Amino acid sequence: MAFISVFDVLGPNMIGPSSSHTAGACAISRLAGKMMGKKLASVKFILYGSFAKTYHGHGTDKALLGGIMGFDTDDIRIRDSFQIAKERGIAFSFETGEDDADIHPNTVDIIMNDTEGRSLSIRGESLGGGKSHITRINNVEVDFSGEYPSIIVVQRDRPGVVAHITNYLSENDINVAFMRLFRESKGETAYTIVESDDRIPEGAAQELMKNKNIYEVMTLQM
Amino acid sequence: MDFKSGEELLLCCREHHCRISDVMRKREEELFEQPPDIINDRMKKVLEIMRSSARKPIKDPVRSMGGLIGGEAKKLSLHHEKGRSICGSVISRGITYAMAVMEVNASMGLIVAAPTAGSSGVVPGVLLSLQEEYGISDDRILDGLMTAGAIGYLAMRNATVAGAVGGCQAEIGVAAAMAAAGAVELMDGTPSQCLDAASIVLMNMLGLVCDPVGGLVEYPCQNRNASGVANAITAAEIVLSGVSELICFDEMLETMYSVGKRIPYELRETALGGCAATKSACAACGACK
Repeated sequence: MAFISVFDVLGPNMIGPSSSHTAGACAISRLAGKMMGKKLASVKFILYGSFAKTYHGHGTDKALLGGIMGFDTDDIRIRDSFQIAKERGIAFSFETGEDDADIHPNTVDIIMNDTEGRSLSIRGESLGGGKSHITRINNVEVDFSGEYPSIIVVQRDRPGVVAHITNYLSENDINVAFMRLFRESKGETAYTIVESDDRIPEGAAQELMKNKNIYEVMTLQM
Repeated sequence: MDFKSGEELLLCCREHHCRISDVMRKREEELFEQPPDIINDRMKKVLEIMRSSARKPIKDPVRSMGGLIGGEAKKLSLHHEKGRSICGSVISRGITYAMAVMEVNASMGLIVAAPTAGSSGVVPGVLLSLQEEYGISDDRILDGLMTAGAIGYLAMRNATVAGAVGGCQAEIGVAAAMAAAGAVELMDGTPSQCLDAASIVLMNMLGLVCDPVGGLVEYPCQNRNASGVANAITAAEIVLSGVSELICFDEMLETMYSVGKRIPYELRETALGGCAATKSACAACGACK
């Protein structure tokens, strides 16, 4: 578990009314938007559990849409995110998912398409007090908080890929806080997620892409 | 410098001859490798947002998103100005500020979760009211926030601050425990008195359920933030008078957590019981229709 800062207690600084339903939702979506990176064309949010039942009164929808456009939890523009998204030409929709006891009560699926036709889907859970984590990327189960600078590597599950990643980290003096590998099944697509204490250098993605078994690299600075 | 319990916190204070705020500040510097001025600036920002959210609705009342609250802070402020307050200026102002913050929060305004959005009125209510009453400097208020933060950190680490897990006692109860400890330090109490005040609050708010009408952070949350202020100031007064406590903070925190886990599901932020299930609440909310 990460250390709890005094600013986790007195914080986040946020647009109300709920640290879980507003700020946490915004944080998940902001992370998803960063992972998408390029210009967003459309986004669909599927809300589950308590999110599905109370999203309107909590402004969860405004917070999600604000987050995807990069607004932080304390950005007053969250209130007007519907209008801003329309101005930016982003198509958006909200749906509610089926009730499922196995799904965390504050869960959202975010399905994004960029202007070049790439798509990405993310599942996030809001854990309370503004804390959240990502639990799925393109239907592969993962787990990371996005609180640290992170590298997300999409790769073919083959020997040597992780060594390639750790070599790069070592050569660039990047200290790993957490590193985990998630995969669909043996030999298929896998995700390596590195959460670091240090800023990820520019050009990390290009360097890592040199391995032929790596399909895609997303870097997230804080 | 780090601590994992109230007992260890007191040990740190004793060893280094310092206050809880000093330990918490040092911990922040060391664990997060942040220079003191950066930490101070961040805390100033916290105070600035708290102050603005505590004052704005007194002048400009605003209706909540769910429509259940709005305008309460202004009413309380006018009542106090007319000399009709029956609870004295510290509590009167404190509850006005706490309810004001909840108005801002419920209308998608900017607040600081302390420790959560639903309990964000208590800490600013208590500390800002004391500041005005006793002419305390901003720098000292930042100390009070650090001390409040130490209590909140222990609650997050060793128990919970989520209403869905531990009921309202875990949200507004913890917020009031934080505020009480901060208040005691501002009034020159000892570190152990700070923890005693926090312990009293947890004791007095033990078992409080989380039953928001319509599942919204509006009602009874706003009233309960005011009651958190009164609880915090009461507890601070008790310890500052020299009364000592039988049950220590660590034990009360553990108790709060274990009681919280035994609160029925309907009374943990699900809006299925308590105030949320009353006839009046259902008529006002209409969510199920």
